[in-house]
Parts: sequence; structure tokens; C-alpha cells
Amino acid sequence: MRVRVLFFAGLRERAGSGSIDLEGLLPGATVRDVRRAVEERCPALASVPAAAAVNLEYAPPERVVADGDEVAFLPPVSGG
Amino acid sequence: MTFLLTREPIDPAPLVASVRTDGDGAVALFVGTVRNVARGREVVRLEYEAYEEMARAETARILEEVRSRFEIGAARIVHRLGALAVGETSIAIVVASAHRTGALEACRFLIDRFKERVPVWKREVYRDGAAWIGERS
Repeated sequence: MRVRVLFFAGLRERAGSGSIDLEGLLPGATVRDVRRAVEERCPALASVPAAAAVNLEYAPPERVVADGDEVAFLPPVSGG
Repeated sequence: MTFLLTREPIDPAPLVASVRTDGDGAVALFVGTVRNVARGREVVRLEYEAYEEMARAETARILEEVRSRFEIGAARIVHRLGALAVGETSIAIVVASAHRTGALEACRFLIDRFKERVPVWKREVYRDGAAWIGERS
């Protein structure tokens, strides 16, 4: 299973990239699992506070992701 | 278009005209501007970025929510992206309504919700450094 992962603002800078394709996730993988896999690949992201969104909607850590989903990690927002 | 992300300067006056109809007795306008000091440091400019597709989706949800809570006519939100100098407008919100209370309360609701939920980020650039706002680390 494969998902596209997006990073923004400070997270993007730490990741060194705005997006990565994450492969090899097991069926039933959650947002929490995605985050864990991302942190393994980019240790600089560990323990940085971030909300998550799946396919353009905020999603809790226990949300199950599907093949082809877009998962974004969002630092606390500061628009306006 | 009820929500716009733009890299061009925002002019609030045409926005006010764009939402008002002859059935409206009030238009509330909120304008957010770049100030020259933040966190005790001198700000040179701000840089905004967005998760644009989600920002549009989230703002659409907020605009739907505001309609269910307040008696209003048309509403629009425009947010600037990219680099902004001190004094420039980062966001403008306009709400038309038959009466002032609906317009003012809905406008307040929209800016508060926007700042809580819409995926836009600000980087403050100071005379002596820079920082993403929101991230505390």
C-alpha cells in the first residue's frame, strides 16, 4: 500500500521536501502508523507537534488510511 | 468565488461592494495587516504559505457553518500568500447582512475559526532572524 505524504511550513523545512511517497504500509495502517514510518525515514520530524489531514480533512491518529490517500502533516496553523 | 488565495495585494473596497445587495443594511469588514513588531522583535516582512487545496475545502466548511449559525447574505474571504511587507493586508473578510448584529458576529466567527483551522502558515522575518509561527520548538 502506498500513500503520498505532504509537509508544510517548519515540517517541510525539517523534512527537506514538501512530499514523499511512502510504500509498504500494511492494510489497516493508521495515520499514527504513517507518522511513525515518516519519522523513521526523517528523524528530524520526530516529536514535532503536528495535526494530520487525510484527503483534505483533519483526521485523528487512529484514522485508517487507504492506498492512494494523501496524508498531510500540519504544524499548528498561523494564518489570518 | 467566496474564498480566494492570492499572491497579489488585497484591496478591501471592491470586496465590500461585491457582497452588498439592496436587501443588506450592513456589511462587516475585517482586515488583518502586517505589524512591525511581534514577540518583541522588529518584523521586516511576513511570508505565508498554505496547503491550498485543503485551505479551500476547510474554508468552504467554515462558510457553511457560519450560514447555519447567523442570518447573513453573501460572505467572502481573501487571504494573501507569499512575502508581505509591514502594512500590507494578509486577510480580508466581508459579510453582508440585513442587520449589523449578524454581519459583525458572523465576521468575528469567521476570522476566529479561520485562524484555528485553515491550513495557512506564517513565517515572521525579523531584522535578525526568522521563525515559523505556531511551531514551538
